[in-house]
Amino acid sequence: MADVAIVGAGQSVFSRDCGVSIRELSFEAFKEAMEGLDITSNDIDASIICSAPEYDKQRSPAGLISEYLELTPKPSFYVETVCSSSSTGLRVAWSLVKAGLHRVVAVIGFQKMSEISSREAAERMGRGGDIIWESPFGLTMPAGYAMYARAHMAKYGTTEEHLAKVRVKNSHYGATNPKATYRKELSLEDILSSEVITSPLKKFDCCANADGSSCVIVARGDVAKRITKAPIWIIGLGAATDTMTMSGRESLTGLRCAQEAGKQAYKMAGVKPQDIDVAEVHDCFTISEILAYEDLGFAKPGEGVGLIEEKQTYADGKMPVNVDGGLLSKGHPIGATGGSQIRTIVRQLRGEATEAQVKGAEIGLVHNIGGIGQYGNVTILRR
Amino acid sequence: MGFENFGTVSFTTEAKATDFMTYLEAGKVMATRCKKCGASYFPPKADCPRCLSSDVDWFEIKGKGKLASYTLVNYGPTGFENDAPYILALGKFDGIQIFARLSRDIEEKDIQVGMSLVVSPVKLPDNRIAYEFKKG
Repeated sequence: MADVAIVGAGQSVFSRDCGVSIRELSFEAFKEAMEGLDITSNDIDASIICSAPEYDKQRSPAGLISEYLELTPKPSFYVETVCSSSSTGLRVAWSLVKAGLHRVVAVIGFQKMSEISSREAAERMGRGGDIIWESPFGLTMPAGYAMYARAHMAKYGTTEEHLAKVRVKNSHYGATNPKATYRKELSLEDILSSEVITSPLKKFDCCANADGSSCVIVARGDVAKRITKAPIWIIGLGAATDTMTMSGRESLTGLRCAQEAGKQAYKMAGVKPQDIDVAEVHDCFTISEILAYEDLGFAKPGEGVGLIEEKQTYADGKMPVNVDGGLLSKGHPIGATGGSQIRTIVRQLRGEATEAQVKGAEIGLVHNIGGIGQYGNVTILRR
Repeated sequence: MGFENFGTVSFTTEAKATDFMTYLEAGKVMATRCKKCGASYFPPKADCPRCLSSDVDWFEIKGKGKLASYTLVNYGPTGFENDAPYILALGKFDGIQIFARLSRDIEEKDIQVGMSLVVSPVKLPDNRIAYEFKKG
């Protein structure tokens, strides 16, 4: 039975260089999440702060952000699973409320990737894998996903054009999202002619680093009904972790962490893939969205490209996916991304999406992946 | 000898599994096998989480594997700027998988997923060492 709800969800504008401090950036998302709720900072019983610490100058940012938002002396702590940190934060918030420890919990994700220089960012990029066994070969996150893309191509005949069509779709929706970093429609030709970063992935197959924040306010059911007219119920949660090493992966044609997390979330929610009305999936690269179609059961293994070929994942298709532009358009401020995806689904289920509203959406899904498929969270929400 | 000379850039040195480096210098790519329960590991583990023993044997990875996937990296991270382009690959061997580079004498156009591979140590500039795949 669903008895924990999301009462508010917000995000900042995502951009290449926000020009403000992380506390001010976090305030932007907090403000949007709290607006319209019948509570103040005093009513928040705990806060969970999410980011990837290697991009932060501030040590232990939980204390800093909880002070700025006047959430002290209530408990505040830090949660990290790289790119999926804030959906892990949501899972922890749900548990705290469900356990009866707290009534209202704020999950605040942020990343100011412009805080460090591009040289420092390149240094961080080199340490994303197992630093003894795989990073010394020059593994990067795009390279890891490129190996998934190549394996998918070899097994199923997926082409570079199939991948590019994912970006065509997401750039179409990103163009109308006022919070997105990139608001320009891209043609198939633009994408296919962009330079190769790590074969077969090209520049426009990849999302970009960004600055941004997100905030999700979670409440116990009875409290949720009191403080908002439109609670969005958390009905399914799944989480899984795969190996740090590429050499430990069972297969490179799907993400095991997403498959496992998806199964758990569907089971808990008592729904099937075909019951999902709208989904946000972690399209850090174009191939990632194709893998997500298959890992979540929207298509059978190897048949994910059919969904994009037939435009079934557009807003008026059978299974709308990333109709806010996805990470590919919004940009990917690591710790903020999961919360931004949750915000999009909350808005869709409330019928408040301004970019592309999926008519009558009742059940939505969020798929948020950390690293090169090391961490996977799947969350199912219902209005 | 620790991992200080392993790969193009090493990030840490100390580990219990540094015998790996001694074998690598001697021309062998090795994996570990738990003496108590027989579980084998690559990357090598000095400890066995299944039976909690830390008594392991080293064995050489021999024979042919198959290329599971690869990518040609045009932009390397810090320390790899002058190294790119290079080809990263995953090879499937008997019971284990290995992540390494493809030998520089293999061109991207000649690569096919599924092709036969062998793994062997490779000397790198500045007295560094790694292992790589060659056509098998």
